[in-house]
Amino acid sequence: MASAVPAPHSTPAPFRGDQAITPDVLRSHKISPAEYVSIEKHLGRTPSYTELGVFSVMWSEHCSYKSSRVHLRRLPTKGPRVIQGPGENAGVVDIGDGFAAVFKMESHNHPSFIEPYQGAATGVGGILRDVFTMGARPIASLNSLRFGSPDHPRTSELLHGVVAGVGGYGNCIGVPTVGGELTFDKSYDGNVLVNAFTCGVARADKIFYGKATGIGNSILYIGAKTGRDGIHGATMASDEFAGAGTAAAPKRPVSRSTMQVGDPFLGKLLLEACLELFSHDIEGIQDMGAAGLTSSSVEMAGRAKNGIELDLDKIPRRAKAMLPYEILLSESQERMLLVAKPGCEQQVLDICTKWELDAAVIGVVTDSGRWVIKATPGYDPLADEPIAMNAVVVCDLPTDALTDDAPVYDRPQGDVSEGAFAQTAQVEHAPEVSDWAAEITRLVGSPNIGSRAWVWRQYDQIVRGGTRVRPGGDAGVVRVPCEKDGQTIMKHLAFTADCHARHVALDPFVGAAMAVAEVCRNLVVSGAEPIGLTDCLNFGSPERPEVMTQISRAIDGIAAACTELSVPIVSGNVSLYNETGGRGILPTPTLAGVGLLPHEDALTTAWFKETGDVVVLLGVMPTGVHGLSGSEWLALRGHDALAGDAPSIDLAAEKALQTLLLGATRDRLLASAHDVSDGGLVTALVEACVARPDATGGGDLGARIDIEVTAANDARAAALFGEAPSRVVASVRPAQLAELLSRASAAGVPAKELGVVGGTSLSVGLATHGSPVHGIHLELSDLRRSREACLTPIVGS
Amino acid sequence: MRAAVVLFPGLNADAEMVRTLGHVCGADVSIVRHTDTALPAGVDLVTIPGGFSYGDYLRCGALAKVSPIVPALRAHAERGGHLLGVCNGFQILTEMGLLPGALTRNLHRRFECGDVFVRVEADGPFTPKSSARWRLPIAHAEGRYQTTPETLRQLEGEGRIALRYCDAAGEVTDAANPNGSVGNVAGVYGGPRKNVFGLMPHPERCSEETIGGVDGRVLFDLVLAAA
Repeated sequence: MASAVPAPHSTPAPFRGDQAITPDVLRSHKISPAEYVSIEKHLGRTPSYTELGVFSVMWSEHCSYKSSRVHLRRLPTKGPRVIQGPGENAGVVDIGDGFAAVFKMESHNHPSFIEPYQGAATGVGGILRDVFTMGARPIASLNSLRFGSPDHPRTSELLHGVVAGVGGYGNCIGVPTVGGELTFDKSYDGNVLVNAFTCGVARADKIFYGKATGIGNSILYIGAKTGRDGIHGATMASDEFAGAGTAAAPKRPVSRSTMQVGDPFLGKLLLEACLELFSHDIEGIQDMGAAGLTSSSVEMAGRAKNGIELDLDKIPRRAKAMLPYEILLSESQERMLLVAKPGCEQQVLDICTKWELDAAVIGVVTDSGRWVIKATPGYDPLADEPIAMNAVVVCDLPTDALTDDAPVYDRPQGDVSEGAFAQTAQVEHAPEVSDWAAEITRLVGSPNIGSRAWVWRQYDQIVRGGTRVRPGGDAGVVRVPCEKDGQTIMKHLAFTADCHARHVALDPFVGAAMAVAEVCRNLVVSGAEPIGLTDCLNFGSPERPEVMTQISRAIDGIAAACTELSVPIVSGNVSLYNETGGRGILPTPTLAGVGLLPHEDALTTAWFKETGDVVVLLGVMPTGVHGLSGSEWLALRGHDALAGDAPSIDLAAEKALQTLLLGATRDRLLASAHDVSDGGLVTALVEACVARPDATGGGDLGARIDIEVTAANDARAAALFGEAPSRVVASVRPAQLAELLSRASAAGVPAKELGVVGGTSLSVGLATHGSPVHGIHLELSDLRRSREACLTPIVGS
Repeated sequence: MRAAVVLFPGLNADAEMVRTLGHVCGADVSIVRHTDTALPAGVDLVTIPGGFSYGDYLRCGALAKVSPIVPALRAHAERGGHLLGVCNGFQILTEMGLLPGALTRNLHRRFECGDVFVRVEADGPFTPKSSARWRLPIAHAEGRYQTTPETLRQLEGEGRIALRYCDAAGEVTDAANPNGSVGNVAGVYGGPRKNVFGLMPHPERCSEETIGGVDGRVLFDLVLAAA
């Protein structure tokens, strides 16, 4: 660097390829006329073409959260365990003994629809880097996937591609995928959702932040070379797709140039190099994710309230004749930006050489508060003929204008009843059922309820040898060896992700609160205390008032549930404009949670363990048709699944239930515990019998269940298939039953004996007191077969 | 007992191998990097863990076999030293020519992770004399063992087919074959004294009661006792 402090307010030099700034150019950069006026005001001059490109990515919805920021402020983000809340690369939560869980979930929806394998793979790669950039070794991943209708012509191809891509990256880099969710709904026909979560563990006193601190410190580039891939990926994330997915032979949106391509092998080298670098004098580090070099350097400068000067001539490249515009906006994967103290540069370069990574000193931290980029016009390190170096200013922008002063919109809200998911009618009666056994077998074999083994078997669930509970239960559980002072402390962490989007559509507040409650319930039934959540808020266009209302009310619902359950949101992201041909997705605020087990023996799983154990329902048995609105069973029966009111949730009752379960699992009272959710009580019972992951069927245990319900079709359907929240199916040794019932009674949690574990079938008797019993007999082998074939119509056998 | 874990760039199943050898089985474990040219003095058991060496680019194990450490591995095997390759390690050993055959794309063309059963078909330093049935996890996309019918017959005759995929009852069936391997082969012996062993399942992920069971530990206990 020639000087640490550039002359202020340089006027950028023109570069080859610059376009005149016309209304068309502004439109293609998604800069509104009002925003352009604001840019000129910030600069006191007209921006250069490259500077306009920089504004377009930094002010994009993806980077600036301009439509959601005013609402996100209402989320509870603090708590006694929180070390770092939202705003960094990932959230950080204390797990005791000097260690911390570092985690985040992020969407990669738009890229995954265009190119499912690479879109999903780079989504996984991106979230992994967000976590290890903070000094944490990634120990577990989850993913939450949404696809269109099972019979939509693109669903099979998208599902195959996304699952292979998630596995392709995660398996290769060597982080186990321990859970997640998969849902099909026609609202995702033109917009799939791929939300990827990763958690890492770090020493609590060795967390690294994305801050460019220390005037005069060096900025280093490490990782893969820069190419032309992914240019404008961040602005593309705000594209609505035009009409694809509706016709019988839908056309692919053509935006291949905005696609990133992942290299998990390089990602693995980068991971190991970074973990080694963290024992040296690193001041700050950040992944070059969305908007690449631009957003990483701007955000690092912004968080430290400093300036940055970069020399693009030093950037390692893999494409010839790249322009500053392209270098700044490239989203080439597996790259990191790092700040090191002067004198430490060589150590960094040596470690990168050891791991066979490119690395270069590319700039310096300044006190100017400005983001200054220089480059030599026409210089190309890959050119045959070298030219004289003479770097001139390409961009000279106030850092604040790109970060804190980015636009914030409180967009108008509207009546949700006017939107695409307007409540159409009440559910007056349940569809008639003649053969209950057939109905149950069909439900547990339907694409949204049955076994996800076809998906999970494509993920390495056990790499690193710490997986205690594999995918298929309420939560994945991983044992993490934490090394400190020559001692190994074993931590046990639980992970789960959830969202029931139809319930959110019926009532955004209630549905989002239910998603929080369900994530936490999945953790506590596994024996883990929920210690932090992360969210991916996937919605349609915020420019439609009814969508903005969904966003706002969903955030309020999340906030209310988090507050009642005392669990903070520590990270997350927002994905808007999930629309095709003017039709938006179901509002899908996906939540993922991390739980900490007090000790390994608290670990509890969903499956029945021993013949003779007593099955107990904790929580309220629904009445009337409550819980049927939005349910999987109604949807499967072809009924309008968006009719009626969302099931109500009593957050105080939920809290009482979860407190009871935490105590019961901690004291090893329960043989099994399983959340009642999609598919209702009978589905939970079936899963407790046959959903043990990776069993060859030999471990399956049946049960004899009696449910007190009137003979009315509505009552029976609601009891078996209703999806009212705050319920858990547990089993206990007979000797422990009295203790469980007495604790439940003291906690004010309804508890009802349902039956006894044993046999090779699940038999369910429906009766009121004194009336004849209607018996339903289900062979476990049939249930297992039905569940395991649930995706066959989509993926083949 | 001294054990070494060889790390090629991109291998990722080292944590469980180190823990199983060291913490679980009590060996003294050292890490050898691909750029090293010698093994630690007096090492009894050398292991190559699973993962994706060089991203499995070109062909699984094809790039690892030209690493600086490879001559030392070859010399160790030829001396009769114990050499174990798991998953990608197995693929590297076949690429090096220390084990016969090749591992190709699974017949169903997907990555496959889950528990399988294998039947012990031959005894040796890594397998017991009595026939045993182990439940072990697999996690691979390229585990389909292939060789010519003549080589397969020869291997069978020499007692070098060590493990075959089987069902819960121990029957070797097509349905129990997770990847289309010829003859359901899951593990193969090589070397002058059956001292080289490669298998696709992961015994190091199955050596503790709370982590999927202890069937895998038998293999490590046997070879470390033999060392």
